Amino acid sequence: MTAAVEGEGFFYAPDPSSQLACAIGGNIAMNSGGAHCLKYGVTTNNLLGVTMVLMDGTVVEVGGPWSDAAGLDLLGVICGSEGQLGVVTEACLRILPKPEGALPVLIGFQSSEVAGACVTDIIKAGVLPVAIEFMDGPCIKACEDFARAGYPDCEALLIVEVEGAEAEIRHQLGLITGIAQRHNPVELRAAADADQAKRIWLGRKSAFGAMGQINDYMCLDGTIPVSSLPFVLRRIGELSREYGLDVANVFHAGDGNMHPLILYNANQPGEQEKCEALGADILRLCVEVGGCLTGEHGVGIEKRDLMEVQYGAADLEAQLRVKDVLDPGWLLNPAKVFPLHVTASRRAG
Amino acid sequence: MRVEPLGAVCPQTPEDIFEQKMEDAMWPGSEAELSELIRAASGALVVRGGGTRGAVRAGEVLETAGLAGIRLYEPGALTLVAGAGTPVIEIEAALAAEGQRLAFEVPDLRGLLGRAGASTLGGVVAENASGPRRVAVGACRDFCLGVRFVDGRGEIIRNGGRVMKNVTGYDLVKLMAGSRGQLGVLTEVALKVLPVPEAEATLCLRGLEDSRAVEAMSAALGSPYEVTGAAHWPGQGTYLRIEGFEPSVRYRLGRLQALLAPFGGAEEVASSHDAPWGTIRDVTPLAAVPGDLWRLHLVPSEAAAVVARIGAEAVLYDWGGGLVWARMAPGADLRARAGAFRGHATCLTRPDPAPEAPGIAALTQGLRRQFDPRGLFSALTGA
Repeated sequence: MTAAVEGEGFFYAPDPSSQLACAIGGNIAMNSGGAHCLKYGVTTNNLLGVTMVLMDGTVVEVGGPWSDAAGLDLLGVICGSEGQLGVVTEACLRILPKPEGALPVLIGFQSSEVAGACVTDIIKAGVLPVAIEFMDGPCIKACEDFARAGYPDCEALLIVEVEGAEAEIRHQLGLITGIAQRHNPVELRAAADADQAKRIWLGRKSAFGAMGQINDYMCLDGTIPVSSLPFVLRRIGELSREYGLDVANVFHAGDGNMHPLILYNANQPGEQEKCEALGADILRLCVEVGGCLTGEHGVGIEKRDLMEVQYGAADLEAQLRVKDVLDPGWLLNPAKVFPLHVTASRRAG
Repeated sequence: MRVEPLGAVCPQTPEDIFEQKMEDAMWPGSEAELSELIRAASGALVVRGGGTRGAVRAGEVLETAGLAGIRLYEPGALTLVAGAGTPVIEIEAALAAEGQRLAFEVPDLRGLLGRAGASTLGGVVAENASGPRRVAVGACRDFCLGVRFVDGRGEIIRNGGRVMKNVTGYDLVKLMAGSRGQLGVLTEVALKVLPVPEAEATLCLRGLEDSRAVEAMSAALGSPYEVTGAAHWPGQGTYLRIEGFEPSVRYRLGRLQALLAPFGGAEEVASSHDAPWGTIRDVTPLAAVPGDLWRLHLVPSEAAAVVARIGAEAVLYDWGGGLVWARMAPGADLRARAGAFRGHATCLTRPDPAPEAPGIAALTQGLRRQFDPRGLFSALTGA
């Protein structure tokens, strides 16, 4: 799809890292995001319509190549419903003209507090980068060992990418480096061309591979208000020591979507369970500070029992009632998203 | 709090209801009070924020003014949370003090609809009301991060949150945005806000036929120059807006002028004061024209042909032609005249049950039955 519109100078903005492998139906089911959603939003903000087959065989057309629903916004609730409301067979998407260019700047700090403050200052200054990526100390080290991207040895790294024509990019990078300098960075490197840009992104893009080389890992996906970043990172550090498992953090800092990676050894009996328990504690922490369990990966089976941490009984019941309307027999993905004890009577029916 | 006994639907005319004094209305001061009122209700409820938009119908008036106030504002996180009864003007003032704004550009339709009052956050979200910038940044619903509401069963329900990425469970935030109060009463909304850009400029093309104007707007919107407003005011001009840092705006302005040369040359509107974006947002050109007011959401490339068929008294194109406002002779059946087109039309000045495809209608009714089983909120369809 991305390739089909590229030739005409367009792109489809939500770009999940898995875009080489994923299908649009799955993106709609999960309301997928990507590195660029600070500026362009996620799937739901770029979806205009779907054709969907309901469980009774009815084919419905929801939305289309125009703006806004005539009645209730069914499209909004279908997107991200994890295949529980119907089977999407066709989609109508918003595509955008490709920007003339994009370049990143790499900024290293000695503490995540300072990096967090720098992110806030960039946003407050009115610069709206397409991406602000954050990596913590353990993650930087692992990526550097793996990819040799030339990252500095520090506690926090930001990669900030801006778009536009060459002069526009230079202007924005100038503003960002000006802000960063006020926070005494240990490294500040703006890419001057595509080669340097590639080098800056190299480590970040190999983060998951780097982790996989060290150990087995479990990737979390909680989202937090950006302001609580320093507290959450400190608390994750404490939890990591309590459980005796290392955690490395990569983070879409612009939108608060964290990806803590818990390292563990799947061959060691009991370690998988310990890892899952630590993961659940980290997600509870995300909810406590005003965030949520999952920013882009979905609830599925893994996080269904944590739904009650985020939502009360009435909040969940309201969601179940939506499924009652679209799939009254509770046949589509019945065991996903919601705690089994909450849906037991419906699934039995 | 006073709990009024609710009998059958009141015999007043819609105008009486609209004028009903505030002291005669129910005025919950909290979600808990609202929940009690709804549980005790037995007849139609008319939820009223500022009374500036939305359907007028018979029923017991329920004011949301007691559910007001900005609860949280974090400029660095681009997030604001406020009670549904909060006047939009209060939110806009708080944002302006930090150099930020509601990017979807709230339309003020009081002049157009002959209303008074002050728009509330809940009313804007319930209508999914979005102005010219919608074409670039998305609608009101795209900026809603979380909601709290009380449904027709009296249940207090929370969905979403205050973070920009959230796929935890179903997105009832989108379902509530634009639901026109049919599923429940919004009590609180969390919004994503954006910085006000450093500079703004507007280009104007004069003398274009409607179809040619839509082509010009499409060319501009299809360019990488991030046009944030594209409107056509027949008889006046075709307008394009660019916003950003000063050097960016200058650069893009030049590029757009070159791009639009085949359309007769685009001139820069001298100052932002002379730019018509407030007028277009509020649909002011149609305010003084008598007749029924219609709003059409359609495919830009079909807009001019549809307009040619409906024989309107006056029209205004926004969103690059994706939105058409039309004044029609009273009682004229716009849908019959328009014939088949991709999109939908709504009449805002008289009861107008907009047709839905059978499959969609069944789902919509099913959801209304689930969230409002006693039909307390089932509004006349339409705006």
